[in-house]
Amino acid sequence: MSTSAPARLEPRRAYRDTQAPVLGGVAAGVARHVGAPVVWVRAAFLLATTLGGFGVALYGALWAFLPAEPPPELTGDEPPGLAGARRDGRRPGRARRLADLGPAVALAALGVGALLLLDAVLGTGGLFWPLALGLAGVALVWRQADEAQRECWLDTTGRADPVRAVFGSGGVAAYARVSLGGLLVLAALAVVALRDGSAAAAREGLVVGLLGVAGLALVVGPWVLRLAGDLTAERAERIRSQERADVAAHLHDSVLQTLALIQVNAGDPAAVARLARAQERDLRTWLYAGRVADDETVAAAVRAAAAGVEDAHGVVVEVVAVGDAPLTESLRPVVLATREAVVNAARHAGTGHVDVFVEVAPGSVEVFVRDRGRGFDPAAVPEDRHGVRGSILDRVRRHGGEAEVRSSPGQGTEVRLRMPREEQHGDG
Amino acid sequence: MPPVRVVVVDDHAMFRAGVRAELAGAVGRGEVDLVAEAADVAEAVAAVRTHAPDVVLLDVHLPGGGGVEVMRQAPAPAGTPGTRYLALSVSDAAEDVIGTIRGGARGYVTKTITGEELVAAVRRVAEGDAVFSPRLAGFVLDAFTGSPDAPPVAAVDEDLDRLTEREREVMRLIARGYAYKEVARELFISPKTVETHMGSVLRKLQLSSRHELTRWASDRRLL
Repeated sequence: MSTSAPARLEPRRAYRDTQAPVLGGVAAGVARHVGAPVVWVRAAFLLATTLGGFGVALYGALWAFLPAEPPPELTGDEPPGLAGARRDGRRPGRARRLADLGPAVALAALGVGALLLLDAVLGTGGLFWPLALGLAGVALVWRQADEAQRECWLDTTGRADPVRAVFGSGGVAAYARVSLGGLLVLAALAVVALRDGSAAAAREGLVVGLLGVAGLALVVGPWVLRLAGDLTAERAERIRSQERADVAAHLHDSVLQTLALIQVNAGDPAAVARLARAQERDLRTWLYAGRVADDETVAAAVRAAAAGVEDAHGVVVEVVAVGDAPLTESLRPVVLATREAVVNAARHAGTGHVDVFVEVAPGSVEVFVRDRGRGFDPAAVPEDRHGVRGSILDRVRRHGGEAEVRSSPGQGTEVRLRMPREEQHGDG
Repeated sequence: MPPVRVVVVDDHAMFRAGVRAELAGAVGRGEVDLVAEAADVAEAVAAVRTHAPDVVLLDVHLPGGGGVEVMRQAPAPAGTPGTRYLALSVSDAAEDVIGTIRGGARGYVTKTITGEELVAAVRRVAEGDAVFSPRLAGFVLDAFTGSPDAPPVAAVDEDLDRLTEREREVMRLIARGYAYKEVARELFISPKTVETHMGSVLRKLQLSSRHELTRWASDRRLL
């Protein structure tokens, strides 16, 4: 979505994929960010784990520091009509896997495996169980943090609430998870504290204290980090929704004007049809297509041109666009020629319906303007008539494109335009 | 030829009334029989089970989970001339339209369609053909263009994941506003062959597992 401010170049951000996580969605997120198959990333983590458990540490760190991916309905990509339809269940929502058990088991297995390895490598037998318990506990708590965050996003009231932040929308599972996680961390501490060693009490106390602090940091850390991230997201969302409210107000106003005009012109069917059509187009674009400024892309420019002809000539112009590209100076002649061709069809065909097809391929832009009207004999058009030849065909040919008109009386007319385009790297 | 039995599913009463009026002529001629109407998923499923219509005109956005949900709960029996679905929508959201086709609809038309065209589309669907409006043909071309960075899918579906040159030609002509007979004339093939191509495109849409088909809409934004 383009905002009113000029678009700033934002660095691509990596997110954790929280839609269907196996553990924390880290691998999937990283895979998407670097553009590698997720299997490779998972393998890399496992490989790193054999190096003294480095993989587990890395995974945990990424889990803590990568923000979870906000659902698409909040990234502003979804036009308001679709977002609304999604919210009140008129279109399929996101499939949410309730796969809590599977990931938890996998997590445990991985943790235990890693610890056994650590054990084998370092031979620190005494540390194994406390560490295992602690790891499992923290992992469970963090998963709950993910769930809570997701629910917070999908909660329409949008009020931050500390209890909610921890427990999500409650439920036995959530409470169980958090308390179990907490208990496991405590158990780990207890195991260390009560271990029957010959160690000096002072050192024991120190270790316990340190562990306690570390445990707290691990458990609370993710929320602190994510709270900061959420605040930013929330601010962006607020700006977006204000912008939308403004546009909605403007639209409602124009709908009101149109309805008033329709009542005044009730006796003139052509005028009513034209008014209704123009208003329908505006509304539809806003609700379902998102807004693109007219001069940004080829498809948007052709649609805008078609809309202008619809309003001026009272015809229906159906535009179908495949692919799209930024509108460069070299492509502008095609758009202008397309507009002329549509005007011609609107004037002479006499059917009130024009089909426009735009296909933007990597190497070229092709446009077809077709009507099923009277048609004419292209060979019979006198030389001094500049309409079609000058403004459409010659214009495109002058700029290095190809253009032809196919028509015969009674068979309708089709104008075909083709313009090569230089391959551009990096869109927009 | 018995009339085609039709159920209209849409949450806007005004639109259902409009369809009724549009179909009135065909009902009078005995071509179409409007057996029931429904305003949400539950009603639609009940109507389909009760009347076993030939064709269901199905709104893409519908309270209760969208048109896809109706097809999921009352699917057309495979291989038999059972109930067939034709999607109708005012939304031009590509992912919703493609999603509805993938859910089992045999075609898609916009709500601005004229009565005459609607009757023709209903008849075609009842006969087992696919109905591609120019807009749907455009969506299909877009969906099968594929984003350049898409990872290759399992080789098993390789042939499902791209259109043949002929299928692409047919789709482009339909997107350009050509009617079936005109497509056949343009490509020097029989209308029957055109229908075969459309059927196979529909099948690819419904069976293909390439992930772009579910994600392509977000990828193709240039912004």
